[in-house]
Amino acid sequence: MATSTTPAPGPGGPEAVAPPGPGRTPGRKNRPQQGRRNLLHRLDLRGAPYGFVAPFFIVFGAFSFYPLLYTSWISLHKVELATMDVMEWRGFDNYTALWADDRFWNALGNTITIGVISTVPQLLMALGIAHLLNYSLRGSTFFRVAALTPYATSVGAAALVFTMLFERDFGMINWFLGMFGVENINWEGDKWPAQIAISTIVIWRWTGYNALLYLAAMQAIPRDRYEAAAIDGASRWRQFISVTVPGIRATIVFTIVLSTIGATQLFGEPLIFGQGPNGISGGADNQYQTLGLLMYEEGWKNYQMGRASTIAWAMFLILVLAFVLQRLIKGATSRTRTAQGTRSGKR
Amino acid sequence: MTTDSLRGAPPHSPKSKPSVAPFRSGSRMPSLKMKAGRQHHAGPVAYVLLGLVALMSLFPLYWTMVAASTDNTRVTQTPPPFLPGPNLFSNLSRAWTEAALGKAMINSLIVATSIAVATVLFATLAGFAFAKLRFTGRNALLTLVIGTMMIPPQLGVVPLFMMMSDLGWGQRLPAVIFPTLVSAVGVFFMRQYLMEAMPDELIEAARVDGAHSLRIFWSIVLPLARPAMAVLFMITFVHAWNDFFWPFIALNMDNPTVPVALTQLSAGYVRDQSLIMAGALLGTLPLLVMFVVFGRQIVGGIMQGAVKG
Repeated sequence: MATSTTPAPGPGGPEAVAPPGPGRTPGRKNRPQQGRRNLLHRLDLRGAPYGFVAPFFIVFGAFSFYPLLYTSWISLHKVELATMDVMEWRGFDNYTALWADDRFWNALGNTITIGVISTVPQLLMALGIAHLLNYSLRGSTFFRVAALTPYATSVGAAALVFTMLFERDFGMINWFLGMFGVENINWEGDKWPAQIAISTIVIWRWTGYNALLYLAAMQAIPRDRYEAAAIDGASRWRQFISVTVPGIRATIVFTIVLSTIGATQLFGEPLIFGQGPNGISGGADNQYQTLGLLMYEEGWKNYQMGRASTIAWAMFLILVLAFVLQRLIKGATSRTRTAQGTRSGKR
Repeated sequence: MTTDSLRGAPPHSPKSKPSVAPFRSGSRMPSLKMKAGRQHHAGPVAYVLLGLVALMSLFPLYWTMVAASTDNTRVTQTPPPFLPGPNLFSNLSRAWTEAALGKAMINSLIVATSIAVATVLFATLAGFAFAKLRFTGRNALLTLVIGTMMIPPQLGVVPLFMMMSDLGWGQRLPAVIFPTLVSAVGVFFMRQYLMEAMPDELIEAARVDGAHSLRIFWSIVLPLARPAMAVLFMITFVHAWNDFFWPFIALNMDNPTVPVALTQLSAGYVRDQSLIMAGALLGTLPLLVMFVVFGRQIVGGIMQGAVKG
């Protein structure tokens, strides 16, 4: 790299990296052309970075951000699927109607309960699996790939398979439970069994993925923290609680955020689990209709795009609310933790 | 001499490294090695538990194969079958034609490939700019990119649906390809990789030689980033292949992707349970093959994306 110390491009410089081809002319070495070259060079230095990041922002702006904003505008109108160009101003009528709509509260409740049933065990199990995978293991690649395989299965396929496993009369799960004397459970028709079954699909698909995220974070914890804890006489369990978990705190928060977003958007699992005409309504009694399904039902079954937008915007507000709550809880716990820290420090 | 090191494989190129660990980092590697020696060995309990986890993860897929290889009468008996039957290939070919999965597979292949190629290209471009180029507002823009991860694209489906019918893309593949051409996770992932894998001197040397940014991108960044690009391609492909909500809204049964076509199997038009399972298996098969061949790399990619994510 002898030339790298030269402050300005040497005469042979530009040609050195340019592709050899007919476009290259010796005239480029002329002085006025070099001035133009410098200008281009500066333009390139200044402008190219924006050019490089532009595709992301253009596509995101056009197909995600703009639709999100426009959703709020549509939510203030009556718009029908068949005549989407006709927008009739309704003010906040859609919102007041939604507020008074039992189906909305039912779907909101289902979304929250399925979200909790699917997220909490999922992340706890992922934490345990990551801890196991963090041991020095024979065949660790096999276990990691095996745990991740469900992630490669589409919602469609996974929901179909689990629908069959949870079938009331011949499903494998009822057969298995039957060996322990449990009566056949109506997994689709009853509210809580249905919500548990749907959560099982979510848990099956995402636990391994989260476990790998945790494992990666665990491997980045410096070893000496464990040694210090061991010297202090901390048991393995104590080490897990006071070294591992705080060490991967950022990743835990990240997975909670991702799972919360995923849970509010839940759609495919309950749709396919419901089978057929009951799918969109989330069971005969809407016992597992989520907000995602309700939005689809309003927009594409009842043809009310305005009301569907209202639900979408409500979902967004709920998400924002969830994050605000989470921040508050996080702030409160970290305050108590520092308080405890100073206490124990004084001791 | 500079020319050679730019045109050919630069000496710093991680290309020569085994692709299992494409994400080398000067500072972290030694600590990883040291740690491996000191890690606790797993006891029998850990192996039993992990064996259970592997069983739980793989059994539903195995059983899909079993159910897809028998016939309807056998699947609906109790106790359910645990061993494969003789009808796998006839069921798969029936699923291909009767459940119209053939067209769906081709559509999904087109959609997932286009999305993965575009995502990798745009993510590498932006990731390079964020990792190695200096420009006003870089940090603010990067924060914005990360912030977009918090916005679920599903919330904009109503206007998106209107847009697509205005554009004349209703029920057509561009409607599902264009909205997902970029990925914030991908941008962040490539940035992390290039920050570690790409020495600044390489860019400076090329600049001194008068190479413009696009040329640096083409001749230096792309060859260097290849391992990370391969991983990002696979992860994006998996996501695009499995994406459900928007394709379900944007496409209809005459022109579906695989997950959309699979809903028809659940909708009760098909009564043959083993045929349904054959469809589920067929729709997952391309990704399973990919996992068997490149599982290690995909695992490595997800873990690497996580450390600082």
